[in-house]
Amino acid sequence: MILVLVDHDLGELDPLSLRAITAARKLSADVQGVVIGATSEASSKLAYVVGEHGASVLHVAQHEGLTDYTPAASGRALAQLVEKLKPEAVLAAGSPRGNEQLAHLATLLDLPMAAECSVISLSKSPGVPHSVTRARWAANLLEEAFVHSDLLIATVLAFSVEAEPVPGSSAATVENFQPSLEPSDLIVRVMGRGGESSKGGVTLADAKVIVSGGRGVGGPEGFAQLEELAGLLGGAVGCSRVVTSAGWRPHAEQVGQTGTKVAPDLYIAAGISGAMQHIAGCKNSKTIVVINTDPEAPILAYADYAIIGDLHKVIPALTSAIKEMKG
Amino acid sequence: MDVLVCLKRVVLAGSTFVLTPDSRDIDTKHLGFGISPHEENAVEAGVQLVEQMGGSLTLLTLGPTDAEEQLRSQLAIGATRGILLETEGEDWDPQATAAALVEAIMAEETNFDLLIFGAESADSAGYQIHIRVAHALGRPIVTNVKSMKIENGIAQCERVVGTTRELYEVPLPAVITVRDGLNIPRYPSVPGRIQARKKPIDHKKPTPRVPKLEKVSLSVAPSNTAGAQILGSGPEAVPALVEVLKTIGILA
Ligand SMILES: Cc1cc2nc3c(=O)[nH]c(=O)nc-3n(C[C@H](O)[C@H](O)[C@H](O)COP(=O)(O)OP(=O)(O)OC[C@H]3O[C@@H](n4cnc5c(N)ncnc54)[C@H](O)[C@@H]3O)c2cc1C
Ligand SMILES: Nc1ncnc2c1ncn2[C@@H]1O[C@H](COP(=O)(O)O)[C@@H](O)[C@H]1O
Repeated sequence: MILVLVDHDLGELDPLSLRAITAARKLSADVQGVVIGATSEASSKLAYVVGEHGASVLHVAQHEGLTDYTPAASGRALAQLVEKLKPEAVLAAGSPRGNEQLAHLATLLDLPMAAECSVISLSKSPGVPHSVTRARWAANLLEEAFVHSDLLIATVLAFSVEAEPVPGSSAATVENFQPSLEPSDLIVRVMGRGGESSKGGVTLADAKVIVSGGRGVGGPEGFAQLEELAGLLGGAVGCSRVVTSAGWRPHAEQVGQTGTKVAPDLYIAAGISGAMQHIAGCKNSKTIVVINTDPEAPILAYADYAIIGDLHKVIPALTSAIKEMKG
Repeated sequence: MDVLVCLKRVVLAGSTFVLTPDSRDIDTKHLGFGISPHEENAVEAGVQLVEQMGGSLTLLTLGPTDAEEQLRSQLAIGATRGILLETEGEDWDPQATAAALVEAIMAEETNFDLLIFGAESADSAGYQIHIRVAHALGRPIVTNVKSMKIENGIAQCERVVGTTRELYEVPLPAVITVRDGLNIPRYPSVPGRIQARKKPIDHKKPTPRVPKLEKVSLSVAPSNTAGAQILGSGPEAVPALVEVLKTIGILA
């Protein structure tokens, strides 16, 4: 059996968890889910969706201390469930929360954890390690690795698997369990939430169009033309790390390995060279258009279309062409 | 306020990686080294705390002898001292690294109020060394912190998940991991660099362990496009781009 952590935020499912369930289904027909700290109402909704994706049972950890995200407690609850169910593997989404909760689990059990795996193959005999392919350097490099432990603890690289519903399946059976938690497990928990971290309507993470600028934009004023173009296309403004380090734009707009990973329909990269750490954040875009003075810029290798030229001329020309079209 | 920051020497590559012939490592012959942006933010946060509240900032790294270079460059922005746990140059797995860091921290006389880590290492991105260290020391840990304030022995931390900001409060002593964007790291000054040369660095030899997460080989991830189609030069190419935007359904 493979146990998959079904992650949620106040009952709202993290869709990456469904991908983790599909990844688990590819390894075993026997997949069960576990949800921590959701209300019983939310749990039965989750049981329906995870059931559709092939999980037969949804274990629900119930405890009065679990009213919001509490990562150390998740680790403890998972450890107790593992003890009881003895799965072959525990998987979660390769998200900040998925990685964090499984790292707590792995630490409590003193076992290795393989983060961000794109391929997993389970060992069939004791003493033989599991093998995984895991992302390094923001998925620019892939590592083949052995995991030496009976129980495999791993997270699934975010976009390496599509979530697939299993035809003819029904809601998972809900099974409640009561973890016994230590006071120290409950110290670190979400105590409150702040509003939107981005100003304006469209956020980077779900924008359909992103107009992104790099060092070539030349300074904070230069971003006005990118904002105008993004506005016309109903999109958001992004940028490279050079731009945030210089304080030209807020960090919330940074795309890349240490910024936000985006996957819009259209990504326009203006004055960005295409360092691999930047590419790591935008390579899942459907179409990438480059505007760069340098015909040798590395970003061209990852792009679909390019205009060679000064963005300060090309972007205003594009903006007026679109305005003209829209009348 | 005594702060400890853990950092890792990593290669700085531009747009491609070249691997060694045995495919076990990156060929670093023509490359420079640094630390992850997350860890630069961690050091900057430590320097700011010590500036505001007094105390000390210790830097701890496990790596090859050459990792002294990374300690020196971060000492130059204001840290007090460094500890280098010397390896033979090979990567240690997360459990072995965490065990060595814990041993070094416990051997210190200072009872650090705050340990700061990067959210994940730039190269191996295991997302776990800090959590293992926190458990071993019996301290609470908040990860992925994007903004932080310390008041009356409590760290108020914010982390950003999607579009919401999560708020946490933890009593010190604690562990936090930080993300790029927490602050804007300063550049070292010339006097800072000169002082850094004289700051103390302890060298220790940690005991290696058999890796449980064992690297077998590396490969360069395939790129998914064949390269860009050049639409033309300068503003004259704009009509061609407009056509493309129509074809892909962005413009009607
Ligand atoms: C561990 C690690 C993580 C990192 N994470 C990130 C990250 O998340 N995001 C990120 O972006 N970077 C990240 N970086 C930094 C990254 O390596 C690069 O330094 C950065 O992406 C470069 O930004 P840039 O392309 O804007 O600048 P440059 O590399 O300087 O490129 C500027 C480009 O603009 C072009 N140009 C100049 N003038 C014009 C003009 N008038 N019109 C058109 N084009 C022009 C130039 O030809 C050039 O191609 C990270 C680095 C490390 C080590
Ligand atoms: N070799 C090392 N020496 C000291 N600190 C490290 C080392 N490797 C990782 N760390 C710290 O642990 C964090 C998380 O690393 P990782 O678990 O590899 O993603 C990094 O951002 C560093 O702060």
